[in-house]
Amino acid sequence: MRADRQEQDLKFTRRALIMSGLGGIAFTGLAGRLYALQVLENERYRLLSEDNQFNYYLLPPSRGRILDRFGVPIAENRDSYRALLVPEQAGDLEAALDRLAQYMPLSDYTRTRILRTARQQERFRAITIEDDLDWQTFSAINMNAPDLAGITPDVGEVRAYPYGAAFAHVVGYVQAPNDEDILNNPREAERLLRHPGFRIGKTGVESAREMDLRGSAGALKTEVNARGRVIRELPDQSEPPQAGQDVVMTLDADIQRFAHERLGQESASAVVMDVNTGELIALVSTPSFDPNLFVGGISVRDYAALRENDHNPLFHKSIQGTYPPGSTFKAVVAAAALEHGLVDPSETIRCTGSTRLGPREFHCWRRQGHGPVNLHEAVKTSCDIFFYEMADRLGIDRLYDMAVRFGVGQEFDIGISGVRSGLMPNPAWLRGRYDEPWTTGHTYNAGIGQGAVSMSPLQLAVMTARVASGRAVEPTLYRNALARPAEHIGLSEESLARVRAGLRGVVHEPGGTSYSLGGLGIEGVEMAGKTGTAQVYSITAEERASGVRSQEDLPWRLRDHGLFMCYAPADRPKYACVVVVEHGGGSSAATRPARDILRRVVARDPSSRPGVFADLSASQRGGA
Amino acid sequence: MAVFRETVPRDLQGKLMELNWTLVLLLILLGLAGIGMLYSVGGGSWSPWALNHTIRLGVGLAAMVVIAMFPPRFWMGVSYPAYVVALLLLVLVEVMGVSINGAQRWVDLGPIRIQPSEIMKLAIVFALARYYHDLPSEKVTSISGLLPPLMIIGAPAILVLGQPDLGTTLLLAATGVAVIFMAGLSWWFILVVGAIGLIGMVGIGLYGLENILADYQMDRVRAFTNPDFDPLGINYHPNQAVITLGSGGMTGKGFLEGTQSKLGYLPEMQTDYIFTALGEEFGFVGGIAILAINALIMAQAVAIAISCKSPFLRLLTIGITTTYASYVFINIGMVSRLLPVVGVPLPLISYGGTVVLAVLAGFGLILGAHIHRNAEPPRGAGLFG
Repeated sequence: MRADRQEQDLKFTRRALIMSGLGGIAFTGLAGRLYALQVLENERYRLLSEDNQFNYYLLPPSRGRILDRFGVPIAENRDSYRALLVPEQAGDLEAALDRLAQYMPLSDYTRTRILRTARQQERFRAITIEDDLDWQTFSAINMNAPDLAGITPDVGEVRAYPYGAAFAHVVGYVQAPNDEDILNNPREAERLLRHPGFRIGKTGVESAREMDLRGSAGALKTEVNARGRVIRELPDQSEPPQAGQDVVMTLDADIQRFAHERLGQESASAVVMDVNTGELIALVSTPSFDPNLFVGGISVRDYAALRENDHNPLFHKSIQGTYPPGSTFKAVVAAAALEHGLVDPSETIRCTGSTRLGPREFHCWRRQGHGPVNLHEAVKTSCDIFFYEMADRLGIDRLYDMAVRFGVGQEFDIGISGVRSGLMPNPAWLRGRYDEPWTTGHTYNAGIGQGAVSMSPLQLAVMTARVASGRAVEPTLYRNALARPAEHIGLSEESLARVRAGLRGVVHEPGGTSYSLGGLGIEGVEMAGKTGTAQVYSITAEERASGVRSQEDLPWRLRDHGLFMCYAPADRPKYACVVVVEHGGGSSAATRPARDILRRVVARDPSSRPGVFADLSASQRGGA
Repeated sequence: MAVFRETVPRDLQGKLMELNWTLVLLLILLGLAGIGMLYSVGGGSWSPWALNHTIRLGVGLAAMVVIAMFPPRFWMGVSYPAYVVALLLLVLVEVMGVSINGAQRWVDLGPIRIQPSEIMKLAIVFALARYYHDLPSEKVTSISGLLPPLMIIGAPAILVLGQPDLGTTLLLAATGVAVIFMAGLSWWFILVVGAIGLIGMVGIGLYGLENILADYQMDRVRAFTNPDFDPLGINYHPNQAVITLGSGGMTGKGFLEGTQSKLGYLPEMQTDYIFTALGEEFGFVGGIAILAINALIMAQAVAIAISCKSPFLRLLTIGITTTYASYVFINIGMVSRLLPVVGVPLPLISYGGTVVLAVLAGFGLILGAHIHRNAEPPRGAGLFG
């Protein structure tokens, strides 16, 4: 009995130790597990717990401004007043929106959107009720804040274009990025691009200088709980946003606006350029549109109206429109003939109104002819017969080379996209394009800027500037304090002087095609210019017979384009101005606007009109 | 030859003198850790949990000492009646139980709401200890002697399984089997059952676990084996628990400095997940300290069991210790993702009145066993025997 008892005790002890051993193994397993988690993998879980603990709220950067040459903002940021709804604080959302509706109109669409958003996200997250409220509405909401529980007035930033339509094409506009924009941007920018209210440049300078203007986003570090509610903000551990850089343009807001208004509703373009530096002072295309409409998202109806307008308001005509330069091109032909010694300034050619080339007859614009004309007269009166002869003497190759030197057919990078290069034809091009041999007829046509020759208003301005200054200026849109006058184009000063004299004669000598203009209109400052007409449609013999005699009798879209290039002061050129009026019915549609714009530019620049100082000192003397 | 007879203290003072203070101290230590952590997860405040927990610990410790004073004869007497009452309560749950979190586990008895399955864990130990105390030693290894214990375990297990609560069912069964094993079950039998169990498991494996478990149980198994399964749903809390623990590192973020526990990434931080808060604020060192205290408590309890002369006290002590050990193991195993999610609290640290009282009552019995270790109540003895 005793032995049995002892054996029982031993058995129990043995089994108790076995159980303890199993327990020991289990606890060792737990300890090992804790070691793995807390010591070996600590770093990973520490980071995960910080991820949990902190949220980074993106702080969008202020977009850089776009300034004109004097620092006047043409694109800036304006405070945008908006109303936010925080469902958690509002209680009954329908009732809260009903109360708000007393102070601002709320469409059914807006209501549905807000209620749907409120159902989808956490109740403490704010929902934008309406962006860009007017001041009255915003202050009404502010004043009645005690009645409007859960509705928070808030101020954000929105892009604004104070000059409206005047800069629409060159400066462009910003819009909310689409999926393609997000794909085209670096991955790290995605979060910023997806930020509600963030806008990127879509066209013009806004698009071309996006990276400078954008700046970089900051982050507000916040501690959040498991449901995402912000417990506290940690400003000293946050990173402030870096505002974008301002971009300074060469444009002059005053000239730009004036030119835009002067062209009115014509389908036209104007380019003003500093002839020595190539700085673009105005780059206008009309009709235009209000870029402010695009910032918040343009309505389908407004956009359709812009698209369907036959005057093409969305098209940037001053860099994208290309037209036969017409008679303006004669300045280049004259310069080439003089430079190659193919014409003596005193040599006259008899204009009878037409000349025969094989079976074809080539006409002068003046049917009755100019009689005997020398180069000066030919430029002044724009005699076609004289320039057929000049072109023939030069031959297409030399004409082509000279045109290229003046920028025809050249692509100019002015720092925005969409610049067209136009075309200077030559035999190689004709063969490649149409598989046709080059004939003297083609040379004749090129000699008066017709046929396949085509130039954008920007190129016309470059050509004008190069004639006026003798320098190979390149057009530029961005102000550069270190900009120097361009290199000389390499033509003799004598040839250029003769061409310039002819161009001055156009405006200031009796018989000049623009003599009726009466000059610049500033005492003591003369201008030079050249008219041009780009034929759109030939009036047929039948039409002529049935009474269609002039451009006014044709439908608008068949009328000729009117061109005018000019510069001033004629003796010391400083500014070039080009105006092209599509379907203006002839050059006269362009001359007056161009002259008015040029006058405005010259009047603004005291250095180019010594008369002002003379007058001033005279009046001071008189007053003394 | 003068035989030194070890005696059983008969009066209150003698019994108090025999109290195992080491065990009491270790239990108080755990309780203090619990108060500290509840103060922390309460946001550095005595309310809503820390103060209540302190009071419950006080009441529980007092009850523990009172329970320790009762003689084994008394406990032997209430063993079967307690089991029957617990079984009836389990049936009551089936009939009129309160459903919490989709499982019927609670009985609402006016002012108090009790969880009969918790009571059953103790009652099973009582019943089995009593049964084997009365069983002649030669019958312990026989098949016929094994049938009543299997019924004692089987009846409540089936009822709890129907709640449904697979975790508690397995716990009940494990506790019961541990007691049977300790009572002296023959190794042959263990081997045979083990072989059958192995074949069964292979069979289940071949048959496919998904054909046996309910969909929600299968999801839990999938979630357990793959942390990326449904990370914002069924796996969200287990994964967050691991982050909470792991982010503590070697020495922790410091008392009251836990971020996971304060920011609400885990539900019921004060109950089942309290150990993660401890691990976050006190790190690996803190976690090991809790494991060590528990290991010492269990070692002490096993030593008491071995020192007891009567089979009843031995089996009672070892049964309670096994239950306690499985609580600790399952809780820490669950929050560290070593085991699937089972709703088991961490004794004396987790908030919850029933568990604190049940655990301290259990240790009251163990302390009582220590005091009365030399008692040798006869077979069949009882309250009135």
